Amino acid sequence: MKKLFAFVLTIGLGVLMIFSLRANTLFPEFGDVSIADRISALFLDKSVNGDNGDVVFGQTTDAEDGAANLVTSIVVDYRSFDTLGEVTVLFISSLGVALLLGVAGKQKRLALNFKPNFMLRVGSRALFGIILMTGVYVILHGHLTPGGGFPGGAMIASSILLLYLADDEFRTKVKGFKVLESVAGSLYVIVGLLGLVLATYFLQNFLPTGTVGDLFSAGVLPIVYVLIGLKVGSEISGIIDHFLTEGDLA
Amino acid sequence: MMLLDIVSIVIGALLLIIAFVAIQSKDLIKSVLFLSGLSMLAVVSFVLLKAPDVALTEAVIGSGLVTALFIFTLLSVKKEGSKK
Amino acid sequence: MIQYAAILLFVLGLYGLLTNRNVIKIIVSLNVLEIGLNIFIISIGYVSGGIAPILTSVNNTSALLFVDPLPQALVLTAIVIGVGTTALGLAFAKSIYAKYGTFDLDEVEELK
Repeated sequence: MKKLFAFVLTIGLGVLMIFSLRANTLFPEFGDVSIADRISALFLDKSVNGDNGDVVFGQTTDAEDGAANLVTSIVVDYRSFDTLGEVTVLFISSLGVALLLGVAGKQKRLALNFKPNFMLRVGSRALFGIILMTGVYVILHGHLTPGGGFPGGAMIASSILLLYLADDEFRTKVKGFKVLESVAGSLYVIVGLLGLVLATYFLQNFLPTGTVGDLFSAGVLPIVYVLIGLKVGSEISGIIDHFLTEGDLA
Repeated sequence: MMLLDIVSIVIGALLLIIAFVAIQSKDLIKSVLFLSGLSMLAVVSFVLLKAPDVALTEAVIGSGLVTALFIFTLLSVKKEGSKK
Repeated sequence: MIQYAAILLFVLGLYGLLTNRNVIKIIVSLNVLEIGLNIFIISIGYVSGGIAPILTSVNNTSALLFVDPLPQALVLTAIVIGVGTTALGLAFAKSIYAKYGTFDLDEVEELK
């Protein structure tokens, strides 16, 4: 009875959503979007503070924001304040996990109960390096290619996860992660405050932006993305550690 | 253009079927694994919609880390159950 | 087409949230709902014939027809927030199990 009621309710909601979206003339048809009418047109041309003309890869210098990846230019430049809030949300959730699962006193690993043979141990150590390098590459090239701090940080965390899976005895230094996370978070705020002091507003891009498409370009963006990558990586590694440890009493 | 339409219809149907199985399945481990598959299909649909950044993030996080967290929770619970 | 699938995925996740009484299944439903919502937000910015919003040496000028990058930037952060909420929910599930010995909310109500 309850299931039937929920079924009717959700089907009604779905039909209502589809028909109201179809009837709304302001909502565009799928694929039939005019970018020129949206604010994204300004982000694409990098001309929010006045018209700068078209951006050309490898030629335009000292653009308003020098990232070749336009998603990155929105995430860590135009809407960097949103990203600061998002990083805060992630910090609070990892704090909540630590509060719920952290046990005072001696902790022990959750044993996965299998004996790793020689190949597995050596192979996982080698793969750990490769995954870590990929994560660092993705973070450093966040302003040129797809990727950036969030997926790169998650890759670093998954390399740590591999070590946890391959060896029952393995424990990381959780305290080091906590320190790294808070240092990266505070440095992000300090970069924002430097923008306020050296330029005019919070989180402004105060370094020269260089040529679009160079590795050393886009001013403050790669620095902020490295900080975000370290923060996300250490936070998710801390969460994984809390899920894999248990108190002596439990 | 026709090919893209056909692929998106197939992906949409698969998304709905796998989501239904993930929600209705009685076995918790199976449900979690179908959620991981749903994440992988979502990656394909992000690529079809020309969003490589989001596809990369979803591939690492949605089908890797979230599944690992679910499995760890279920594993630790199974341990305690066998002890009692 | 993918837009309708995303809306139906959202509705399916909501159905799972309303009917399931198992904590793990509730978190799985929440993830399904979140995936549907993310695909829907991305699909709003899709332009037919557009290219991915990255300047390269091939697609080298911003005068070309690009896909809208703003929804992608929003979803990029939403996915990472999703992993945070999922981890917090699973931590709650673990502590519920430690206290009551079950994941089922109906049995938890009886044990109270």
